[in-house]
Amino acid sequence: MLQINNLHARINGKEILKGINLTVRDGEVHAIMGLNGAGKSTLSNVIVGHPAYEVTEGEIIFNGKDLLKMSPEERAHEGIFLSFQQPVEIPGVSMVNFMRAALNAKRQYKGEEPLSAGDFLKLMREKRQIVELDSRLTSRSVNEGFSGGEKKRNEIFQMAMLEPTFSILDETDSGLDVDALRIVAEGFNKLRTPQTSALVITHYQRLLDYLKPDIIHVLIGGMIVKTAGPELALEIENRGFDWIKEEVGL
Amino acid sequence: MDNKNKFVREVAEKKYEYGFTTDVQTEVIDKGLSEDVVRLISEKKGEPDWLLEFRLNAFRYWQTLEAPTWGHLKMPEIDYQDISYYANPTAGKSGNSGNTKEIDPELMKTFDKLGIPLEERLALSGTAVDAVMDSVSVKTTFREKLKEKGIIFCSISEAVKEHPELVREYLGSVVPYKDNFFAALNSAVFSDGSFVYIPTGVRCPMELSTYFRINARGTGQFERTLIVCDDDAYVSYLEGCTAPMRDENQLHAAIVEIVVKENAEVKYSTVQNWYPGDAEGKGGVLNLVTKRGHLRGRNSRLSWTQVETGSAITWKYPSCVLSGEGAQAEFYSVAVTNNYQQADTGTKMIHIGKNTKSTIISKGISAGKSQNAYRGLVKVAKTADNARNYSSCDSLLLGSKCGAHTFPYMDVHNDTAVVEHEATTSKISEDQLFYCNQRGINTEEAVSLIVNGYAKEVINKLPMEFAVEAQKLLGVSLEGSVG
Repeated sequence: MLQINNLHARINGKEILKGINLTVRDGEVHAIMGLNGAGKSTLSNVIVGHPAYEVTEGEIIFNGKDLLKMSPEERAHEGIFLSFQQPVEIPGVSMVNFMRAALNAKRQYKGEEPLSAGDFLKLMREKRQIVELDSRLTSRSVNEGFSGGEKKRNEIFQMAMLEPTFSILDETDSGLDVDALRIVAEGFNKLRTPQTSALVITHYQRLLDYLKPDIIHVLIGGMIVKTAGPELALEIENRGFDWIKEEVGL
Repeated sequence: MDNKNKFVREVAEKKYEYGFTTDVQTEVIDKGLSEDVVRLISEKKGEPDWLLEFRLNAFRYWQTLEAPTWGHLKMPEIDYQDISYYANPTAGKSGNSGNTKEIDPELMKTFDKLGIPLEERLALSGTAVDAVMDSVSVKTTFREKLKEKGIIFCSISEAVKEHPELVREYLGSVVPYKDNFFAALNSAVFSDGSFVYIPTGVRCPMELSTYFRINARGTGQFERTLIVCDDDAYVSYLEGCTAPMRDENQLHAAIVEIVVKENAEVKYSTVQNWYPGDAEGKGGVLNLVTKRGHLRGRNSRLSWTQVETGSAITWKYPSCVLSGEGAQAEFYSVAVTNNYQQADTGTKMIHIGKNTKSTIISKGISAGKSQNAYRGLVKVAKTADNARNYSSCDSLLLGSKCGAHTFPYMDVHNDTAVVEHEATTSKISEDQLFYCNQRGINTEEAVSLIVNGYAKEVINKLPMEFAVEAQKLLGVSLEGSVG
């Protein structure tokens, strides 16, 4: 599904990613762990095409297509979704209008007719339940006045609406209490299929307890230094990252 | 990055949609302004002596004035001798002076192209139109139907002939020719415009609208609109305007006067889309307009709603004089400036009667290198016990090279009055745009969504069909403002 080869990227002239190699196959969930400043969020921003980041070397192939040649919205239409670490508020734009614009843009890209207002609202109602999002929230402006937990639930709700094939969860667990974490994680699991994949960026085991990733990567200093099965996350939870640094000679 | 460049390029190639010209035989008088020109205009329109006298008084007064400079505007020098003050595109048909049954098909086509069909069977549902090109009214639709209810809707030139007593009573009663420099100029040389009279107790069954079009080169447009709404009557009125793209500035100095009597209500909506000039700031209409309503009667109501997206320079302050006890006035405005456009616009609410109430909702949107100013006065006279005003002025900035300014003035002479003012300034952030992009919404549409959300409160006040138009217009006007 997604193949990253020797990816180098920088922001404001500073190199953050120094040769990332990563392959995610259909149906797999990968977790990326690492200390703050290791480049985890940079990696997710580069995949979705944030204009502040400059790719200096390497490639990202998504379902056989050169992702780096596409605009952020084309990448979204192709099936890439980012659950933002800090979702922004957009005052004045209702969730309904926002989602409708997003969904219809994707449909247009695929050569499909826009959804009728009735069908669209029905879809909203249905998908809302996946993350137990109150109708009160979906009738408000995008993220405006939402609590931290509501914002994260709203991200997964949007994911449910847009049905991406490749999702990135960028510290979706940060700022969530135990109940909200469970709702978000269970919501995500309901959306998983053998054809969808995900990259989960987190510091903590507790989200991974729910998501049960297939593969764990450790990102240090802009490079993936260790890749292993789910048991690696447990070990990091107990022992931290220092032993890995020693192991790879950093 | 590629994406951004593509967007900028697409936008740069996009043109003002109404910038075409109509090739029609137009009678244009020689450039220049003098008493003789004022007499000539009056003569061409076959006016009575009292009106000529009104014009001449205005002209003589205008000659003593200097153009105002207090606006937050860089105004180009206007050479008033280099403008033609009368252009008649209907003249081709054997010396017509406007509004006849025989209309040049070219003119019909022009208005069709602008989405303003002049054949009644094709009209927008429930809307009667007075179509004005350059200095004359081309056609007014649904006149007969309205006449059945006693409503008068015609060009002001015809009103002078057919209802001289009404015009004479009200013309200049709300905006006297001594009001300001441009009002004096307009009073001297005004050519055409609309006249509306709604008799006592009549609710006007359709939207009335005037569509202004500048076509001829080197001419100014000086239209004059007069609306009188008698006791217990109601009318909703809409004004639209466009002009061809020219590299010269074209002067548009209009007056709108509204009289609202007891328990009567007038809603006046404007969608202003004059040619704004090109991306380098060349050309465009100078829109210097005096609009005022007099709420004379008890419990009279007047609301101004304006969506201003066009013109190189906009200088206008649709105002309300609230004399009648319990009168209520509203001003809802969205003013958009892009590229090198400049706007200095707002309102004046003059409270004179007891228990009068006014509301001001102003939304400025600035992009490119434009300057956008809100200027508003709330005045409460000694007599205005329990007057209330609420003002809210918001500014939205797109990019970092534009400016937003707020100049609220308050002048309160009564202790029982409550006057509130709120102001905010916000910016569309890169983060907001990227969030939309990631969800598959391109930057152009994202800006349109955000701007329309921001302007919603005002747009919702427009009659339905025009609200849709205004929404589209907001999106189009701001293209190229980001990236």
